[in-house]
Amino acid sequence: MTWETVIGLETHVELATRTKIFCACTTAFGGEPNTHCCPVCMGMPGTLPVVNRKVVEYACRAGLALNCTITRRNRFDRKNYFYPDLPKAYQISQLYLPIARDGHVEIETEGGKDTIRIHELHMEEDAGKLVHDPWTDQTRCDYNRCGVPLIEIVTEPDFRTAEQVIAYLEQLKSTLEYLGVSDCKMQEGSLRCDVNLSVRPAGSRELGTRTEMKNLNSFKAITRAIQYEARRQIELLEEGKRVVQETRRWDDNKDATFSMRSKEDAQDYRYFPEPDLPPLELSEAYLEELRAKQPEMAGARKERYQREYGLPEYDAGLITGQKALVDFFEAAVDLGAPAREVSNWMLGEMMRRLKEEGLEPRQMKLTADNLASLIQMVEEGVINRNTAAKVFRAVFPDNADVRDYVHKHGLEQVQDMSLVKRTVEEVLAEHPDAVADFRQGSQKILGFLIGQTMARLKGKADPRAVSQEVRQQLEG
Amino acid sequence: MKITAELVEHVSQLSRLRLPQEEKERMTGELEGILAYMEVLNTLDTREVEPLSHIFPIKNVWREDEVIPSQTRQELLKNAPTGNGETFLVPKAVE
Ligand SMILES: [Zn+2]
Repeated sequence: MTWETVIGLETHVELATRTKIFCACTTAFGGEPNTHCCPVCMGMPGTLPVVNRKVVEYACRAGLALNCTITRRNRFDRKNYFYPDLPKAYQISQLYLPIARDGHVEIETEGGKDTIRIHELHMEEDAGKLVHDPWTDQTRCDYNRCGVPLIEIVTEPDFRTAEQVIAYLEQLKSTLEYLGVSDCKMQEGSLRCDVNLSVRPAGSRELGTRTEMKNLNSFKAITRAIQYEARRQIELLEEGKRVVQETRRWDDNKDATFSMRSKEDAQDYRYFPEPDLPPLELSEAYLEELRAKQPEMAGARKERYQREYGLPEYDAGLITGQKALVDFFEAAVDLGAPAREVSNWMLGEMMRRLKEEGLEPRQMKLTADNLASLIQMVEEGVINRNTAAKVFRAVFPDNADVRDYVHKHGLEQVQDMSLVKRTVEEVLAEHPDAVADFRQGSQKILGFLIGQTMARLKGKADPRAVSQEVRQQLEG
Repeated sequence: MKITAELVEHVSQLSRLRLPQEEKERMTGELEGILAYMEVLNTLDTREVEPLSHIFPIKNVWREDEVIPSQTRQELLKNAPTGNGETFLVPKAVE
C-alpha cells in the first residue's frame, strides 16, 4: 500500500520588541538568571498586566503579511496549568478570538507550487527555563523569559512532505524578517516549531491519528523528525497496530522521537477569558495605517531586482531569500556600485567565505561600503580581478578597509607600460622555443607566455594589457 | 451538570490540591450548589446580549514599548521558599 503523510505546523515566533508583552522588563537574550523579572511577570498578587502596543502591531503586521483576516475585536484568554516554568500557574494566550485567522502562504518546491492555509495566528507569553540539577535533584527556575512576547502561527494540515515544510518555514522566516517583527534566530529559540503528523492510505480523505513532535530547533532536525515519524507510523500500521495520539519529543542525538510521559489526566487547560486585560478593538483606520507601512516582500522584490537591475531570476531569488542579503545588496547599490557586480561578488566570493567561516549573512562583519570600494577599485583599474578576489578573502573576517589593505600590501596594478613592455621582452627572450611554436601557428602557447609575464609582475598587471603586449611583440 | 466524586478528584488533581475524603464529599455538594445556581442564570434569554469580556466598558489599554529596570534578583528571590541566590529551586520537574 502507498501511504500519504499529512503534516500541520505550529510555529512559535518571538517578537522583536524591547519589552515583554505585559510588563516593561527587557526581552534581551541571555542575562543572568532572574534579572529580567518584576512582580507583573512573576504573577504576584495585586499586579495588573498591561499589553505592549508594539506586540499588537507586530502580530497584526504578521497576520496581514500572511494574508489573514484580522479579528477586529479580539482579547486574551487564560490557559491554566501548574508547572514551575510559569510562576503565575497560567499562561496568557488567545484561544477564542485570536488576533488573525484564515490566511495563506504560497510555497514553491521541486514538486511545484502549493498553497498552505493558515488556520490562525495568536499572541501569547513565553515561559521560563527549567534546568535540572542532578546534584541536589532539584529543578532550577530562571524566569527571564516569562512574558517574552510570542506569536503562534498554526497552519491547516496542508503539508505532504518535509520539503514543503522547510519551504514554508523559510518563507515565513523571510516574511517576518522583512517585516522586522522577529529576528527568527532558531539557535536562540526565537523560532520554534511543533510538527503534527499523521499518515493515511494514499487517496483517502480521512485523517489518521496524529502525533505532535516538540523540541525541533533546526531545519535539519525538522526534516529528519518528519522522515522518522512518518516511517514509524507506517510501520505500526503495516504491522496491524495503531498509532497512539500523543506528544513525542525529538532527540537530535539519537535521531528518533520518544513518547513524552503522558500525564494521566489528559490536557485540560480550563481556558477562560483573561479578566485582567480589557479587550482590543482595532479600527479599520489603524489596520489601514499598518497596511500602508508593510514593506515590499521577497516575491515582489525578486521581480523588481530582475526588472530594475537585470539580475538573473536565480540570483535575485537567492538575494531576496534573506533580509540580511537584501540590506547588504541595496546598501552597496545605493553607494553607486553596479548591481550585477554586487550580486556576483555576493553570490560568489561572499557565499564561499560565509560557508567557510560557518557564518550567517547577518553575522558577518564585511560592510557594503567596503565591497563597493573594492568594486570601484577594479573599475578604476587600480587592481585587477584576481587581486580583488584575494583582497576580498583577506578583508572578509574583520572588514579591514580595502583601500588601506591594497596600499599596505602594494597590490596596486602596474600602471607603468614600459615595465610591462620590458617584462614581456625578457620573457620572450627566455623562451625562444615558445616563440617558435607560436610562429608555427600554436595559439595555445600565448597563454603560457601571458602567464609567465603575469607571474613576473606578481599578478599585479592588467591581464588585458599584458595579453596585448605579448601579441604585439610576437607579431611585430 | 452533575458533580461526581471522579470530577472532584480530577479538578483537585488539576489544582494540585490533596483533599481528605470528607472534604471531597463536602466539595461535591458545594460545587453542585454553585452550578445549580448557574442553571438559574442560564434560564435568562441572552441571545441579544453581547458576551462580556471585561467588567468595565474599556478597551485598548496599552503601554509603549519602553524598558523599565526590573526588580533586583535579591528582592525577587526573597519571595521564594528555596533559592540558590540565582535561581528558584523547586522539586524535580524535568526529566
Ligand atoms: Zn516583568
